[in-house]
Amino acid sequence: MPKLTPKDLDVLRAKSVVIKTTISVGLSSCGIAAGAEAAFAALGEEVKARGLDISVRRVGCAGMCSMEPLVEVAVPGQPTVMYGNVTADDARKIIAEHLVGGKIVKALQVQTVNELAVCAFGDNSKPAPAGGPKQYRIVMRNCGVIDPESFDEYVARDGYQAVKFALTDGSSDAIIEQLRISGLRGRGGAGFPTHMKWDLTRKAVGEERFIICNADEGDPGAYMDRSVLEGDPHAVLEGMILGGFTIGAKLGIFYIRAEYPLAIERVEKAIKQARANGLLGQNILGSTFSFDCEIRLGAGAFVCGEETALIASVEGKRGTPRPRPPFPSVKGLWDQPTMINNVETLANIAQIINRGGAWFAAIGIGKSTGTKVFAVTGKVKYSGLVEIPMGTTLREIVMDIGGGAAEGNVKAVQTGGPSGGMIPANLLDTPVTYEHLQQLGSIMGSGGMIVMDDRDSVVDLARFYLEFCVDESCGKCAPCRIGGTQMQRVLEKIAEGKGDDTDVAALRRIAQAMQKASLCALGQTAPNPVLSAMKYFPKEFESRLKKSTPAAAV
Amino acid sequence: MIKLQINGMAVEVAPGTSVYEAAKKVSVKIPVLCKHPDLDHTAACGICVVRNKQNGRMLRACSTPADNGMDLSTEDPEIVQTRRSVLELMLSKHPNECLTCHRNQNCELQTLAADFNIHREVLDNITPEIPVDESTKAVTLDARKCISCGRCIQVCQENQNVWALSFVDRGIKTRIAAAGDIPLAESPCVRCGQCSAHCPTGAIVEYDESEATWELLRNPDLYCVVQIAPAVRVAIGEAFGFPAGTNLTGKTYAALRRMGFKAVFDTNFGADLTIIEEGTEFIQRFAHGKGELPLITSCCPAWVDFMEKYHTDMMPHFSTCKSPHEMVGALAKTYYAEKNKIDPKKIRVISIMPCTAKKFEIQRSEDMSSSGTQDVDISLTTRELARMIKQSGIDYQTIPESQPDHVLGAYTGAGTIFGATGGVMEAALRTAVHLITGEKLAKVEFEQTRGLQGVKEAKLMVAGQEVRIAVAHGLGNVETVIKKIREAKAKGEPLPYHFVEVMACPGGCVGGGGQPYGVTDELRLKRAKGLYSEDTAGIWRNSHDNPYIQELYRDFLDKPLSEKSHHLLHTHYKSRPTYQR
Amino acid sequence: MSTTETKAPAAKPAGTPPDAISLIAKRWKNKRGSLIMALHDVQETFGYVPREVALKLAPQLGVPVARIYEVVTFYNYFKLEAPGRHVISVCMGTACYLKGAPEIKERLMAHFGIKSGETTPDKEWHLQDVRCIGCCGLAPVVTVNSKIIAKVKPADIVTAVTALYTPKEG
Ligand SMILES: Cc1cc2nc3c(=O)[nH]c(=O)nc-3n(C[C@H](O)[C@H](O)[C@H](O)COP(=O)(O)O)c2cc1C
Ligand code: SF4
Ligand code: SF4
Ligand code: SF4
Ligand code: SF4
Ligand code: SF4
Ligand code: SF4
Ligand code: SF4
Ligand code: SF4
Ligand code: FES
Ligand code: FES
Ligand code: FES
Repeated sequence: MPKLTPKDLDVLRAKSVVIKTTISVGLSSCGIAAGAEAAFAALGEEVKARGLDISVRRVGCAGMCSMEPLVEVAVPGQPTVMYGNVTADDARKIIAEHLVGGKIVKALQVQTVNELAVCAFGDNSKPAPAGGPKQYRIVMRNCGVIDPESFDEYVARDGYQAVKFALTDGSSDAIIEQLRISGLRGRGGAGFPTHMKWDLTRKAVGEERFIICNADEGDPGAYMDRSVLEGDPHAVLEGMILGGFTIGAKLGIFYIRAEYPLAIERVEKAIKQARANGLLGQNILGSTFSFDCEIRLGAGAFVCGEETALIASVEGKRGTPRPRPPFPSVKGLWDQPTMINNVETLANIAQIINRGGAWFAAIGIGKSTGTKVFAVTGKVKYSGLVEIPMGTTLREIVMDIGGGAAEGNVKAVQTGGPSGGMIPANLLDTPVTYEHLQQLGSIMGSGGMIVMDDRDSVVDLARFYLEFCVDESCGKCAPCRIGGTQMQRVLEKIAEGKGDDTDVAALRRIAQAMQKASLCALGQTAPNPVLSAMKYFPKEFESRLKKSTPAAAV
Repeated sequence: MIKLQINGMAVEVAPGTSVYEAAKKVSVKIPVLCKHPDLDHTAACGICVVRNKQNGRMLRACSTPADNGMDLSTEDPEIVQTRRSVLELMLSKHPNECLTCHRNQNCELQTLAADFNIHREVLDNITPEIPVDESTKAVTLDARKCISCGRCIQVCQENQNVWALSFVDRGIKTRIAAAGDIPLAESPCVRCGQCSAHCPTGAIVEYDESEATWELLRNPDLYCVVQIAPAVRVAIGEAFGFPAGTNLTGKTYAALRRMGFKAVFDTNFGADLTIIEEGTEFIQRFAHGKGELPLITSCCPAWVDFMEKYHTDMMPHFSTCKSPHEMVGALAKTYYAEKNKIDPKKIRVISIMPCTAKKFEIQRSEDMSSSGTQDVDISLTTRELARMIKQSGIDYQTIPESQPDHVLGAYTGAGTIFGATGGVMEAALRTAVHLITGEKLAKVEFEQTRGLQGVKEAKLMVAGQEVRIAVAHGLGNVETVIKKIREAKAKGEPLPYHFVEVMACPGGCVGGGGQPYGVTDELRLKRAKGLYSEDTAGIWRNSHDNPYIQELYRDFLDKPLSEKSHHLLHTHYKSRPTYQR
Repeated sequence: MSTTETKAPAAKPAGTPPDAISLIAKRWKNKRGSLIMALHDVQETFGYVPREVALKLAPQLGVPVARIYEVVTFYNYFKLEAPGRHVISVCMGTACYLKGAPEIKERLMAHFGIKSGETTPDKEWHLQDVRCIGCCGLAPVVTVNSKIIAKVKPADIVTAVTALYTPKEG
């Protein structure tokens, strides 16, 4: 394949897409898990058997997990129609009744009663009108829209324009300046200003430099990164290329957890396509910049999401963290300056370059600019992925978009996964920003949002998270290794109704040692779910102490 | 220079200095547990936390570099409470068996627990049952007592490059073990004991044979003799409150006599003998072209084991000399027995060594039974001896000095310095140069071989010929030397060296795996200095000047490398395949 | 409830060509720090990491055996023993946990008489926990080899799993 020049890229981009009837099927892993492949096959067979001129295409994740498999029908000149829970039989019915018969299959149509449905499969990357949809898609703008395995479709949606800009008119200074203006902060959890990290790594002394995409996504109950990698891998790759260019790296590494085979496959394909088109490899787009990417797999260790542990893992070692400083941006992979960014952070970059930092900064509130993707799951009516402007309240996310509790009432929301905390229903009006969530004793985290209803026990959920941290502790440092286990034992005693006040005191004491003396954030934050549960639901804890009965039956 | 504040005191340190080191400068002692001066910090334990007053956060003093403008507090109530909680956590996963532990009163964990006033076990004890591994009969692993500080692993993997020990599993199940939970004896372990010397607790200790020794001593039918290695005399005092490096040869002889040994010999005699045999071997190879060059020393059993496992192509280069204590053992049961008309079957030879590997060496092959029975019956470490002396009610502080027994007790300064890195080389050169030139040396010191640099190289002119030597200590340093030899051989280039000394332990035997705990470079140098002072102070400084050695050849062995000496004093090597490190 | 096949790699049976180890070593030897990638290949080829393979792989990759075991025992993904033919993974991620995964696990343990992490004596079934496969929207999720059982009710899990039994060949 000939390597593209900047001009070729524009030609490809402008190449008008033939407008014809298309049927799009969401084929990300959980779509597939829900049976989307059967629907996809049935649609294809039926179209072929009937000799219809209709393209049946694969798209990524739309975010409406609770209604998978999802099928979208777009007939030129008519509003698109979304079908949910589509089986193979349903698929054949859709062809027969809608595409041949011209009548929408009402029974299968997704009702646009909630925001989740409103947003699905469309392009609302324009600013949301007042009172309009609550979601706003930057990171997921292509998810569910383009075929993630098609290079051309990505390019047609402004793909690689930011790389073109960087290599022709831009400079690393210009990129960092736009990132600074945008106010983008790391989406991996800590919220460190991205422009600062890029600048630090760029300026650090080293023989070589690396950029790593952190796709370890270990928070159980969160799958934003997987969906983006499966639904729009080129967007993340473009972020990597821009990062590589800015800091002067020759190699980028995707560290992807092994539990995500489809994401791995799609990223692999994207890398191959980019290489074939001259967007990776020697002299990208004919410039002097050379850069390539490779994939490294995780192997089932949550702690490997932590930067220094991730580096150890990429070096082929046990994934145990080491003390910082030196920070990876100074001394990282193979002791060289290394920049580690989260998938979602990287997916934002090209958009910021294309539209300007100011555009991004106008979204969100205060120091939390742009959007954030959340995986809203648990006891919520419509579980799925939502991308909201920062500052949206938890209530809007859980009640308006997620439809509230499936049964009963919402009791609390956990953000930040095992490092985060529980936020009780009476605080749902809190806007989602790094600062607000921290004030409540939780964190933004990577985007897991677990909804609990009033039949769930906070003591049990706290136990669940603690058990997770104990299982995932790397075991290097004593406070986390032993502290977690001892907290777990005490908590178990309390949950079984055998604990008393001294046990509560012991919990606090161990928690303090873990927070202060653990080497990495896993141990430092592991007590958070327990502490927040104790803070917001003291009665539930007390009721579990000796001689009382469990408050909530699960 | 970096300027910072510690507890309100101004401190100035060089860039790269840790907060821990900086605090020392103003007499602030921050407790540490996983840190060891020989090793890179692992920052594992969490004991050394201090507070950054500017942001209120705690940081690890051992691994955080001091930075300009830092304002630190090291002892506020929360810091102390945190440290105490961390210790309580450690103790809750530790068999609190101090009274029956090798490290009782000499354990870093125990000391901290005492310092921090831990008087109650507040948490359930969750120590798992893990069987003790005594398979090597040299070091004993009790993983229950391990606090996962990682020191032993770093020593074994990086400093010694043996890769016998590793962490297995993770989280609360993390433990030390040989690769894949096999007995340590089936791993590449060379029994150097450096892991035990660096362990802060009783999780790795020497394989204790003091009881077995008492049994022998108590048996009235036996004739127990003992010998002490060079490095023992300058270290054993540390167990009795003497400053490191104090030479306590006479007191140790006296203590051994009181313990019931019938004769007290000195391994230094064996060292002198080794020099005569090895020096002659060198001349045969160097001047007469009989045998491979470079000649490589063989008196360190851990090094021999390492070679037999991984560098078998070096086998022809090895000196065939047994180690000094084996020579003494063989002679005790032959020459000495004959001279004193003692039934050799009743003789038991006990060696007091700085070393755990010697425990393995004494049964290494049939060559170690050249006298008819096992030449050395038990090899004890310095640490074991110190404990035995304490048990026997000997006031080591005040006991008057004693002399060794002949004919295996007299030694020269050359024999003494065997215990420090470079010592064997220096001793050998004294004799070899004399033998080649036939002249008496004007200056016996070869200072190029001294000091703690990992690999020391030098060129000497001897009778118009260049002699190139190398000295390596710490097995991790050996690889570079071997690589050079191999490459030169492969390319047919001139040999980089003619004579190479290797000691497995950093610093040589003064830093041996069986020496009193707490070894640092400072201590190694002090111990070595003790040996070099004895050398300087002595009358005889060359092994060939030892009159008892001369007598030995005259009355018994005939001449160096004679048939008899080959039988009693030399050995063979064989490959001991193990899995790839 | 729904059951679907995914492209997740499944444990392949033994009987691989003898030079599989050399091929794996050759593939990764010159890539810095690729031990974990090589181990993924080993596990995909053999279904677990047998000791003989670790011992052979180490010198070919230039990695100490001790390092291999440090790594294999650290990462949950790697197994030191051959799992059963059918590997049942119960998602124990938060979403699945809240939606009944613990009860699902209980039922499976009771049915097969094994704990999580164990294999039935006849080596047919292996039960294990996984930490979120990223299909939380379909919670609770259980996989059997490469098949996913989604939105399953605890009462139905045993039937759903046993329905996926494939008889031994030959
Ligand atoms: C225990 C632990 C797990 C983490 N897991 C992840 C993860 O799965 N994905 C991620 O992007 N960041 C994770 N992080 C945060 C990363 O260490 C790091 O801050 C992030 O990748 C930096 O990228 P960003 O600046 O783009 O957010 C984790 C941190 C800790 C302490
Ligand atoms: S994350 Fe949700 S919307 Fe996306 S593919 Fe999976 S089920 Fe579908
Ligand atoms: S805090 Fe936990 S995960 Fe982090 S280094 Fe310590 S033991 Fe490992
Ligand atoms: S290792 Fe130390 S603390 Fe532990 S039992 Fe032995 S002496 Fe006591
Ligand atoms: S220190 Fe305490 S436990 Fe130990 S012997 Fe004395 S009284 Fe007993
Ligand atoms: S004795 Fe030496 S080789 Fe053996 S485990 Fe200890 S440090 Fe490693
Ligand atoms: S055995 Fe000793 S040195 Fe090794 S990790 Fe355990 S406590 Fe540390
Ligand atoms: S070299 Fe070391 S072990 Fe050998 S005899 Fe001398 S002091 Fe003892
Ligand atoms: S250097 Fe000395 S103490 Fe260390 S193993 Fe060798 S002989 Fe033993
Ligand atoms: S319409 Fe596309 S995301 Fe809302
Ligand atoms: S001494 Fe600093 S962490 Fe152990
Ligand atoms: S929690 Fe089960 S798939 Fe995510």
